[in-house]
Amino acid sequence: MTDVVGEVAADRQSRAARDAKLIRKRYAVERRFRLYGIAGVIVALLALVVLIGSMAWRGHSAFIQSYVQLEFHLDAERLDPQGTRDVGLLQRADYGGLVRTAIRERFPEVKGRRDKRALSALISTGAADKLRKIVLEDADTIGTTVKIWVPLSDDADMFLKGYIDRNVPESERRLNDKQIAWLDQLEADGALEKRFNARFFASGDSREPELAGIRGAVAGSFFTLLVTLLLAFPMGVMTAIYLEEFAPKNRWTDLIEVNINNLAAVPSIVFGLLGLAVFLNFMNLPRSAPLVGGMVLALMTLPTIIISGRAALKAVPPSIREAALGVGASRTQAVTQHVLPLAMPGMLTGTIIGMAQALGETAPLLMIGMVAFIVDIPGGPTDPATVLPVQIFLWADSPERAFVERTAAATLVLLAFLVLMNAIAVVLRKKFERRW
Amino acid sequence: MNLGLIAGVILALALFSYHVGRGRALRTAGGHIRDLHSLPSYYGAYVAVWCGLPSLLILAVWAALGTTIVEAMVVGGLPDDVLALPPDQLNLIVNDIRNLANGNLTAGSADDPVVQAGAARYAELRSLGLLATAGATAAVALLGLSYGLKRVQPRLRARNVVEVFIKVVLIVSSTIAVFTTIGIVLSLLFEAIRFFQKVPVHEFLFGLEWSPQTAIRADQVGSSGAFGAIPVFAGTLLITLIAMCVSVPVGLFSAIYLSEYADHRIRAAVKPIMEVLAGIPTVVYGFFAALMVAPTIRGFGEFLGLDVASESALAAGLVMGIMIIPFVSSLSDDVISAVPQSLREGSLGIGATKSETIKQVILPAALPGIVGAILLAVSRAIGETMIVVMAAGLAANLTANPFEAVTTVTVQIVTLLVGDQEFDSAKTLAAFALGLVLFAITLMLNVVALRVVQKYREKYD
Repeated sequence: MTDVVGEVAADRQSRAARDAKLIRKRYAVERRFRLYGIAGVIVALLALVVLIGSMAWRGHSAFIQSYVQLEFHLDAERLDPQGTRDVGLLQRADYGGLVRTAIRERFPEVKGRRDKRALSALISTGAADKLRKIVLEDADTIGTTVKIWVPLSDDADMFLKGYIDRNVPESERRLNDKQIAWLDQLEADGALEKRFNARFFASGDSREPELAGIRGAVAGSFFTLLVTLLLAFPMGVMTAIYLEEFAPKNRWTDLIEVNINNLAAVPSIVFGLLGLAVFLNFMNLPRSAPLVGGMVLALMTLPTIIISGRAALKAVPPSIREAALGVGASRTQAVTQHVLPLAMPGMLTGTIIGMAQALGETAPLLMIGMVAFIVDIPGGPTDPATVLPVQIFLWADSPERAFVERTAAATLVLLAFLVLMNAIAVVLRKKFERRW
Repeated sequence: MNLGLIAGVILALALFSYHVGRGRALRTAGGHIRDLHSLPSYYGAYVAVWCGLPSLLILAVWAALGTTIVEAMVVGGLPDDVLALPPDQLNLIVNDIRNLANGNLTAGSADDPVVQAGAARYAELRSLGLLATAGATAAVALLGLSYGLKRVQPRLRARNVVEVFIKVVLIVSSTIAVFTTIGIVLSLLFEAIRFFQKVPVHEFLFGLEWSPQTAIRADQVGSSGAFGAIPVFAGTLLITLIAMCVSVPVGLFSAIYLSEYADHRIRAAVKPIMEVLAGIPTVVYGFFAALMVAPTIRGFGEFLGLDVASESALAAGLVMGIMIIPFVSSLSDDVISAVPQSLREGSLGIGATKSETIKQVILPAALPGIVGAILLAVSRAIGETMIVVMAAGLAANLTANPFEAVTTVTVQIVTLLVGDQEFDSAKTLAAFALGLVLFAITLMLNVVALRVVQKYREKYD
C-alpha cells in the first residue's frame, strides 16, 4: 500500500520535474524566437545606418576644397602682345602658361622637365579659367600682378584631405615625394587653405574632379521632374476620378484596373525600353532630353498617382456627394466642386511620393541616352541633360580617386532632396488629414 | 520650340473664346441668368471647347508624326543612286542630313552635296510643315470659335455638352494605362521578333554561351557573337536567390516582431524608418555595394583564403536583399495583422506560448499572403537594375559560386543599349528580347502572387 502511494508520489514528482523542464524549454524557445525578431529589426536598421553613415563619411569632405594662394603676373607680352585688348584674343590667350610660370616662380629651385611638370600638376586647370575670368572682367589688370587663391588639383586635394597616405611607398601613390614636400612647404608658408566648395553646387560636370559640380544634373532633374509632373499629375488625377466616380463596373474598367496594377509592378528598365522604341526610334524625339525622360518617368509614376488618388477619393464620405446631388448639382458638378477639393491633399501627397520615386530613378533614363557627359547646364526640357542619379552613376564609374567623395556627396544631396519631398508629403498629410 | 508657341496661342484663343461665349450667353438672355439653361460659364466652356479641341488635335497629330513625314519625304527625294545604298548606309546619310538641318556638328560628311541638298530640303519641308500646321490650326480654331458662338442661345444645353466632353476626356486619360501596356508589349515584341529572325528562339532560350560582342568589321576576332541566354538567366537567379536569403528571414522576423511583440510606440517609430530603406534610390545602393560591400567581402574572403571576384554575386545579392527587406516586411506585416484576433486568443487560451501561437496558428493562416509577398519581392529583385549594373559583372558566367562574378538580364540590357549603338544589329535587338523575357517573368510572378493570395486566403468571418 505504502509502496503504491510512494510510487504515485514519485511519479508525480518526476512528472512535475519533467513539466518544469518542458516549460523552461518552451520559454527558452519563446525568448529565442523573440530575439530573432529583434535581430531582424536591428539588422534592417543597422543596414540603413551603415548605408547613410558611409555616404556621409565618404562624402562630407567633398563639401570643402583645398586652395593655394599664388602670385600671378598677368604678363602683357603673353596675354596681349599687340595691346589691342581684343576680347576674342584675350579668350584664347595662354593662361595655363601663366599658371605654370607662377608656380615655378614660387619654387625657383625646381629644375628638370619632369619635376616641373609634377609641380604644375599640383594646380588645377581651373586656375587658368579663373585668370581668364579676371582678365576678361577688367582688362586693366593686364600687366599687373594679382595674388589670388586658386584650386589645387584633385590629387593634391586628396592628399591634403588625408586620403593619400604619405607612408606608403612612392610607387603606390598618386603623388611623389617631391610633390608632397612642395605641398608641405606651401602649407608651412600658410599658402594653403580649405574652403567651402561652392563650385560643387555652381558648376556642371567636368573631367577634372576638383572642377566637377552637380548644378547641371540638378537642373536636368528639375526639368525632367517638371515634365513628369505636368504629364502625370493631370492624367493620374483624371484617371482616378473616372475609375472611382464615373466608371461603370464592367469588363473594360476591370481591364484598366488590372493594367494599372500590373504597370505598378513592371521593372523600371522596361519603361526605358518602351521610351527607346517609341519616343526615340518611332517618334524621333531628341535623345538625352529631359522631355523624353520626363515622359518615360510620367508613365512610370502614373500608377502610383492613380492608386493614391483613388484612395483619396474613396476617403471622401458618400454623404458629401449625396448632399451635393440633393441640392441639384449634376454628377460632374458634385465631383469637381465638392469631392475633388476634399480629396486634393491626399492626391497631392501621393503625387509628391511618386515624384520622389521619379527623382531617384536611373535605369530607364540610361536607355534613352541621358547618360552622356554633358558640361553645359541645360536651359530647357529639350537640351541634352543628365539627372542627379545618373550623375552619381557616371561619377561612380570614374577611375579618379577624388570622384568617390564627390559621388558620395552627390548622393547626400539626392537623399536630402528626397527627405525634403517626403517631409512635405508628411506635413501635407498631417495638416489636411480629416476624419469624417 | 515653335510647337509650344502655337499651342500657347491656341490656349490664349480658347481663353478668349471662353469670355466671349460667356458674354454672349448673358447678352442673349438679356442679363437674366434664370432664362439660361446652364450657368453662363458653361456657355463659355462650350465655345472654348469648340475653339480649342479640334485645333489642338491637329497640332498633336503634327507633333507626333511631323518629323517622320518630313523624313520620309526627304528620303523619297534623294537621288536614286543614294537610295540604292544598303539600309545602314542610307541611315547614316539620313542621320547626317538631320544633324545638319538641326544645326549640329556633323562628322565629316557635311560637305557631301547630297547631304547638303537633303538638309536644305529637310529644313524647308519642316518649316513649311510647321507653317501649314500653324495656318490650319488657326483656321480651325477661328472656325470653331464662330460655330460655337453661333450655337450659343438660352435654350442650348451647354452644361450637358460640356459634361459629356469632360467625361470623354476622363475616359481617354484612363486608357493611357492600357496604351502603355500595349506599347510595352508591342515594342518589345516587334524588336524581339526581329532578333529571333537573326537568332533562333531555341538558341536564345537554351544556349549556354553568351557573348553579344559582334564584330563591326568582318576581319575582327571573336566576331560571330553568341546569344545563348542561359548563363544570363542563371546569374539573375543566383543574385535573386542571395537577395532572398537576406530579405526573407530579416523581413519576416522583423514583421513578426513588429506586429506581435513590439508595443505600438516602438512599432510606430521603427516601421517608417524601415520603410526609408525602400525609398532610397537604387543607384545609391549600387554605389554602396561597389564602394563598401564588395571590397569588404573581398577582403574577408582573402582573409579566409578564398578567391573572391571584386564584382562577386554575393555583394550585389546582399545589397539587393537589404533593399528588398521593407517590401517583405511591410507586406507580411499587413497579412499578419489581418489574421483575426480570435485565433490568437484561442491559441493563447489553451496554453500555447506566444511563439507557439505564431508558428502554429498565425503563420499558417497568413501563409498565402506571405508567399504572395515573397513572390512580389522576387519579381522586384529580378527587375532591379542599378545595383547589379554597378556591383555585378559584365561577363556571362555559368556558375553557382556566389564569390564569382555573374551577370544578369538587366545588366545585359543596359550594357547592350548604352553607348554607341548600331540599330538593327543582333546585339541591340538582343536587349529587347531580354526585356521581353524580363517583362513576361515579372508579369507572371505578379499574376501568380495575386492568385495565391486570393485563392488560398483563409476566410474566417
